[in-house]
Amino acid sequence: MKPFRLALAQIDTRLGDVAANLDTHLETITRARRRGADLVVFPELSLTGYMLQDVADEVALTPNAADPVFRRLLAASRGVDLVVSFVERDPRHSLFISAAYLSDGELVHLHRKVYLPTYGLFQDGRFFDRGRSFRAFDTRFGRFGLLICEDFWHVSAPYALWLDGAELLMLVSASPGRGLNGGGRLESARWIENITQTYASLFTVYVAQNNRVGFEDGLCYWGGATVIGPDGEHLAQGPDFEEALVVADIDPERIRRARLALPLLRDEQPALLQRALARLLGEPPP
Amino acid sequence: MKDLSAALEIDTALARRILTGFLRSETKRAGFSRGVVGVSGGIDSALTCFLAAEALGPKNVLAVRIPHAGSSPDSFDDAAEVIRLCGVRQVSFPITDAAAPLLASIPASDRVRRGNILARLRMIVLYDQSAAFEGLVLGTGNKTEILLGYTTLFGDSACALNPLGDLYKTQVRQLAAAVGLPAPILAKPPSADLWPGQTDEGELGVTFAEVDRLLFLLVDERQSAEACIEAGFKRSMVRKIVARIRRNQFKRMPPVVAKLSQRTVGYDFLYLRDEGT
Repeated sequence: MKPFRLALAQIDTRLGDVAANLDTHLETITRARRRGADLVVFPELSLTGYMLQDVADEVALTPNAADPVFRRLLAASRGVDLVVSFVERDPRHSLFISAAYLSDGELVHLHRKVYLPTYGLFQDGRFFDRGRSFRAFDTRFGRFGLLICEDFWHVSAPYALWLDGAELLMLVSASPGRGLNGGGRLESARWIENITQTYASLFTVYVAQNNRVGFEDGLCYWGGATVIGPDGEHLAQGPDFEEALVVADIDPERIRRARLALPLLRDEQPALLQRALARLLGEPPP
Repeated sequence: MKDLSAALEIDTALARRILTGFLRSETKRAGFSRGVVGVSGGIDSALTCFLAAEALGPKNVLAVRIPHAGSSPDSFDDAAEVIRLCGVRQVSFPITDAAAPLLASIPASDRVRRGNILARLRMIVLYDQSAAFEGLVLGTGNKTEILLGYTTLFGDSACALNPLGDLYKTQVRQLAAAVGLPAPILAKPPSADLWPGQTDEGELGVTFAEVDRLLFLLVDERQSAEACIEAGFKRSMVRKIVARIRRNQFKRMPPVVAKLSQRTVGYDFLYLRDEGT
């Protein structure tokens, strides 16, 4: 990995108004470039807002240059890499909650949200199809992994990306705040903080977590974007409830030192897991 | 079993921040900049008025006092104190004369019908003031009332935004104390003030402190009625409260639409109110 400057764009969105959200993206990208950012990461469904329900179909996009919204985003990705999130329509008219990594006018990687929460206040599974893979991918800075919200509540997802060589996990979400019993922060904010810090420490990777802000009806998204180093140290923290650009410098040396001190990846034995999974799934041992 | 008093304790600074943000955001997104609150002198409307003034600015909040000849005079004075403290605009609109012909045919002993008439007349006044002031009606109902159905349908429950609807009465008291509402308002027994001497706890037959702990177990913790009885709540009270929550579901829903077409409001025509904003 090469050193670079990461910016997490902790933004609010307009629900179902892609044009207005695209303007917010382009303005934010300009501001991030002024601060020397090499990569700008937007939160889950940054181009549409989160609780879309029946609007999902109307705001769906296809991430290529033929799409007028993506044409502008691809153009904006010359000189600064971008992660944006949107409703994706596939050729069969299935809709996905997707995030795209754009660089130098090209689509480098597309992740479709795999785990669609459909319980409590969440309705993702009612409106969206699920993604079917976790893959790390190469960028001009290094090998990264990208997950959307509920994906990173399943430890298998970051685990797979870790074994696939990701040195930075980008976790993007639109997480409604809940729980006033948490002593200074929302209980949901503390859960996310625990998870991200745990992943950074156990996988000795950088973790960049970005959550949106603002309201949708009675739901309050709290923000609190964080960048955590491969040693578990908090490197940058966005404010709660306010829009912000959270900037951190990523230093590959830090990964080397963390893995020298804690060679967890070197010592990991995925073959043992493979055998355990084969047994649990009732398949013949590999 | 967890310590229920501790579980009901909220971070009041956080609640204040989220609720003022909610009022500001959702008023604006509905196309308004102002709010209208019926201020009774009780703790719920006092807190709603305070939060609205903080969120929208005192000049953008209209407090409406809507007394009836049967209302407690203390309530009217307490409401005046709340309005003074919040610095909001105000108007008083007595409903004694308007209520008289409606109440004339209802026996004095039928307190529920008489109370509903007053609650619904207050709704009419608030929605008229909403049009005159160009402000959204801000509701004052709390989670305890909503769950127990201790409210008049299309009366005090009618509003555009309901900031306190996810706070139990016990938590409303914590937040009201934290923002500095006057001690007499915090201390007095909660009352709908629909007839002389009425108190909420007298009418419900249970204290808010106790019923909030039970509701927390049943609703937030999803415990069974049996588990609540094992935890020390009286069987008769648990049964009564469980029945009351179920019986009042209708008050928590828009009117039920009979499904006939392929796409029907309420079933498969699903949009947030904020859509497009």
